[in-house]
Amino acid sequence: MNGGDTAGGLLRYRELLAMLTWREIAIRYKQTLMGFLWAILMPMVVVAAGILVRGAFTAISNKPLALSAVFTVAVKSVPWAFFVGAIRFATNSLIANTNLVTKVSLPRAIFPIASVCSQLLDFAVAGLVLGVVLVVGRAGVTWEALWVIPLVLILIALTMGISILTAAASLFYRDVKYLVEVFLTFAIFFTPVLYDVDMFTRLRDWLLLNPVAPILEGLADALVKHQTPPLPWVGYSAAFAGLLLVVALWTFRRLDPLFAERI
Amino acid sequence: MSAAPGPAETVLALEGVSKKFRRGELYDSLRDLVPALARRVLRPVPRNALQKGEFWALKDVSFSVGRGEAVGVIGENGAGKSTILKLLTGIIRPTEGAIRVRGRVSALIEVGAGFHPDLTGRENIFLNGTILGMSKAEIRKKFDAIVDFSGLEEFIDTPVKRYSSGMYARLGFSVAVHVDPDVLIVDEVLSVGDYVFQRKCTERMFQVVKGGATVVFVSHNLHAVNDLCSRTVLLSRGKVEQVGPTTEVVRTYLERARARMQETPRGDAYIASVRMATPDGAEAVGIRAGDPVRVELEVRARIPCEKLSLGLQVFDEDSYNIFNTATERLGLGTFSVTPDEPFRCVFEVQMHLGEGTYFLGATLHRYDIQRQYDRRFPAQTFFVRSEQDVRGAANLYPRVVTFGADLPATSRR
Repeated sequence: MNGGDTAGGLLRYRELLAMLTWREIAIRYKQTLMGFLWAILMPMVVVAAGILVRGAFTAISNKPLALSAVFTVAVKSVPWAFFVGAIRFATNSLIANTNLVTKVSLPRAIFPIASVCSQLLDFAVAGLVLGVVLVVGRAGVTWEALWVIPLVLILIALTMGISILTAAASLFYRDVKYLVEVFLTFAIFFTPVLYDVDMFTRLRDWLLLNPVAPILEGLADALVKHQTPPLPWVGYSAAFAGLLLVVALWTFRRLDPLFAERI
Repeated sequence: MSAAPGPAETVLALEGVSKKFRRGELYDSLRDLVPALARRVLRPVPRNALQKGEFWALKDVSFSVGRGEAVGVIGENGAGKSTILKLLTGIIRPTEGAIRVRGRVSALIEVGAGFHPDLTGRENIFLNGTILGMSKAEIRKKFDAIVDFSGLEEFIDTPVKRYSSGMYARLGFSVAVHVDPDVLIVDEVLSVGDYVFQRKCTERMFQVVKGGATVVFVSHNLHAVNDLCSRTVLLSRGKVEQVGPTTEVVRTYLERARARMQETPRGDAYIASVRMATPDGAEAVGIRAGDPVRVELEVRARIPCEKLSLGLQVFDEDSYNIFNTATERLGLGTFSVTPDEPFRCVFEVQMHLGEGTYFLGATLHRYDIQRQYDRRFPAQTFFVRSEQDVRGAANLYPRVVTFGADLPATSRR
């Protein structure tokens, strides 16, 4: 009865997770003007910004803007939009469900996880559109594209880990929400979304320390450059994501008994 | 209906449970966290000690509930009822002591938990049902029964934001009562909707109890507790004051509530006591419709007062005045009272009332100068039960003389 916030407990609550995920999605798209266009709006804005930035680079170096540069930005924007959107929603997920947290006994980790899952749908829709664009734009498809699967899984694990932590933290401290907001707004400058790490020489390794960076670079490698991602760095991201997820679940579980009192 | 837990298997037990809460705001922003942590490291506080601003919502509470038993929990506001509910359902954990539960616990604490206004009634049934612990297959199986119970067939595909608050509550309750748990924990959610729907809910609760479920019922509604529960726990300021057969515990509760009211200082002349009794002098709590009841009033004074009149009122649960009278209006004239000599007055009334909870009020007046010396409300809470299922305040003792196409005997000349 109490929580069941372990992996086994979560499995038992699979239907509940599906239900809460469905609720978030249904709410997001009911009575909206754009419907599923919302899913690709955010990546499209990032792509537009990226084209502008890349255009500036090429203007300085006096070379025409290559189509592959546009594809690279597009490939990186879609997962970035997911990462930002999921964390933003998940951070608020416990507070937004105050009456469930204080009135019903549930494994509460389900709230941030459902938020992330609901963003996965947008991610999938945007990913599909991106796939069509890549095929139509003759970006080419090779076996390297299969790297997308592990890279996306690492990204999801990383997003879950961060989301679970920020959701718990924002329940205790209301300013965490604003901190996360500021962090997400400026993170794009420190993450290779609009640019590539290879544009830098000395800073390159420092930029790759950001666990999202190897994932985005890896995706661009697999889908646009048709080459194997930088494996040591991908391994680093995977280890980082796995460890963070474990720590996040453990912390969440320890704090769980306090949630109803402190919210 | 036995008072002793006996050898019946215990499915739910609280063992020396205490719960500490804090008054007022906690450190709510990160900025306040650092000084708070520093303080904690410098001066660790033992678990069972109270820090500044803390209080015990529950202190050393123990009781157990056997399989198939329905136990009530009563007490005034702030006695710890809600805390017990939240502990039993595992929403919060005790500071000290242990809670043991066997089987699936379901709680009717929140009607319509997780309802979203933009979703339709149908969608919300599935959502809410899942949150309350039902599987999708189970909800699908019970779906028709749930909709039927709510009486909202026509609106089931309308978003619930277009519902009235009554409809909203009815839908929520309909889902809640269709969860079949081993242990059911019920808050006062029974009091939703109109009278007919409330009645339906109470009947459903009876079914659940008779079906062998173990029920813990937390309520202010003494009538419902008396109906549903064989045993009751009385809480007072976080402690168990009495555990026993419901009628006894309810009586203690009412007597105490009245005693506290009588401690408060009064004006020049005041109503010192109000007591409801059966004709043979026993305390009257649960009254059968039509039974005679004595209302015994005592008036005392600090200075001599004259031309006084005593009023008596009965209010129903909606605070609607359904009966009122006064000694002067009954043609008894006025009376005087002095500090040495209290004045006693005993009304006898016939409780021709429908089933329900009622409140008795008493007033002390001087009409010619329009002065109210004292007002006691509610001087006493009582409930009326009827052998017949009659609803509404008045009991007209219906008897069916014709039932069918046949003409009534009287009009057949």
